[in-house]
Amino acid sequence: MTWQSLQTALTAKSYVASDDLSVALHLALTLERPLLLEGAAGVGKTEIARTLSLTQDTQLIRLQCYEGLDASQAIYEWNYQRQLLTIRSAAEDGETGKSVEDRIFSRDFLLERPLLAAITQEKPPVLLIDEIDRADEEFEAYLLEVLSDYQVSVPELGTITATCKPIVILTSNGTRDLSDALRRRCLYTYVEYPDRATELAILKARCPQVEGHLANQIIGFVQKLREEDLEKTPGIAEMLDFAAALMGLGIADLTNDPAVLQSTLTTLLKTQSDQAQITSDVAARIAGKAA
Amino acid sequence: MTRVTRFADRDPGPAARVVGFVAHLRDNGLRLGVAEADLSLTALTQVNAAAPDECRRVLRAICTGCKEEAERFDALFDSYWMDAGRVKQRIVPKPQATLSKSVHSSRDGSGEDAGSSGTSTTPDTEVGEADSDGTGKLVATEQRNLSRRDLRDLVRSDEIAEAEAIARRMGAALRDKRSRRRIAARKGDRLHFRKTIRRSLSTGGEPLRLLHKRRPDRVRRIVALCDVSGSMSVYAQVFLAFLAGLMRADKNADAYLFHTRLVRITEALRDKDMMRAIGRMSLMADGFGGGSKIGPSLQRFADTYAKRFVDGRSVVLILSDGCDTEPPDQLGAALTKLKKRSCKIIWLNPLKGWRDYAPVAGGMAAALPHLDLFKAANRLDDLAALETELGAL
Repeated sequence: MTWQSLQTALTAKSYVASDDLSVALHLALTLERPLLLEGAAGVGKTEIARTLSLTQDTQLIRLQCYEGLDASQAIYEWNYQRQLLTIRSAAEDGETGKSVEDRIFSRDFLLERPLLAAITQEKPPVLLIDEIDRADEEFEAYLLEVLSDYQVSVPELGTITATCKPIVILTSNGTRDLSDALRRRCLYTYVEYPDRATELAILKARCPQVEGHLANQIIGFVQKLREEDLEKTPGIAEMLDFAAALMGLGIADLTNDPAVLQSTLTTLLKTQSDQAQITSDVAARIAGKAA
Repeated sequence: MTRVTRFADRDPGPAARVVGFVAHLRDNGLRLGVAEADLSLTALTQVNAAAPDECRRVLRAICTGCKEEAERFDALFDSYWMDAGRVKQRIVPKPQATLSKSVHSSRDGSGEDAGSSGTSTTPDTEVGEADSDGTGKLVATEQRNLSRRDLRDLVRSDEIAEAEAIARRMGAALRDKRSRRRIAARKGDRLHFRKTIRRSLSTGGEPLRLLHKRRPDRVRRIVALCDVSGSMSVYAQVFLAFLAGLMRADKNADAYLFHTRLVRITEALRDKDMMRAIGRMSLMADGFGGGSKIGPSLQRFADTYAKRFVDGRSVVLILSDGCDTEPPDQLGAALTKLKKRSCKIIWLNPLKGWRDYAPVAGGMAAALPHLDLFKAANRLDDLAALETELGAL
């Protein structure tokens, strides 16, 4: 399989990947290395993992990182309630200590969290570690261990080794600098906002019902809007929302009615100061330029 | 299409070229090891290695680790593979110098001086000082100072040691802010109820062992921005020593210089050799002692680096006199933006130590409402005296 065929497969599942991203994904698959994706919010970092799992016809296991995430939520935890019930019923049956202990510390009583689940599948799943920059640095170190050895030690059970190597995709919004150790172990791609042609292809793939003329206008408008000095630059998801909103209102041309255009901007501009900055006049001007 | 570099006939093959390329990247500051060279070779077998664009993408995915590196990569790739007119790296392995043990020489086998591998910058302070008009005015100037000045002449190593001690104390005062959230700990002030109950299961529901939790100390990150424009050159010595000391004392700290542009000097200052670190910094601080554009520099900081390095646990330390050539509202806007990242902003102004000083300079007046602390500092002692105030923030 070449990277071009991967790119085609992704396009078939309506994800238009740039050449850079396709090559990096291809390498991640063939070299079995984790892939670290960075980029602004809303450029499709999370979506790529979902689409990849579709093309590979495998499961997607997602670990959403947040501050305070620890091993018991990311790797494994004992099922205490069940253990307690078992102890109680064993006591009534007159079962003795050692055998009960063996039973309640077996795999049946282990709750698999995403990382452990990912390495114990039959078929390599796609493991998406989303927004790794939100997790604490200690967790990053723990993650490194799992990603390099593909094994998890449970003190009561021993070491669980991987039955498969998952396809690991890490995403980061760059709110914190990641450690060099993590970066070294991963392949890296910075996902940019797409250029005009790519974004048009994305719109065609996701909303095929949008007509050619309007599609051109939408993309032109959004691309121009990204050049403005905004607090939150609209991403691809916002562009698709914008297109859907225009379709819902039955608009055929952006320049027709400034008031309606202004009302649909709520899908693109997500802070108060941005909305104040792009007034109806400004929006009309941008739409005029884009057309 | 651009020309492809023609390698010499005695070139031992593609493997050596790739290794040479990795060495070329390493020389240009990318941190790469043997593993990356190995991985690059393996990866190139997975694609059509004859197509330059594919190689570029493959090597970029492997050899870069962050956005800045990815941006620089293209130029480095072109210079090595596309014959972009740079000095070509030697890719033929150098024959081992076969010197007998009894011969001691400072020159290596090829006759080059072994000590001359580092590039040295010649101090040209005389030129730099001759440029000043000698009236001693402290005003912001418009023009960029194009003369390069070696900062090593300004900073002495014993001063850095002193500054390091001060920076360490300041860091300690600033750094440890207690978190509101409690986490499990061996010695804590409260019972960790959930863990205690769960642990009690193993003893049949009797909580024999009590587990505790406490509020952990969260590290606060110090981000220092130092103005090195002409009007600040008298104080540069103190502040640069302070920055160098700070970087050595606190591995989380982050440092920037600005005059008409903003430069990140964190990496340069992390160099183990203290004077070499200052040397690297002076190479980056091109335009040192020129005009000051505080507003645009801070704006750029707020737009780029701050998004990555500044959060609610950061303390932004601005070392500047506030003499800005740009309109003051830009400075105000930049600080507003910075403040939205819920960091603390401290402005240390050397002029404030003067008698009868009032922050009437447009820039300073615009900045004042956004500051958490506005203090004087023009000697290392002044910085040391700040310790208690910073602790109270």
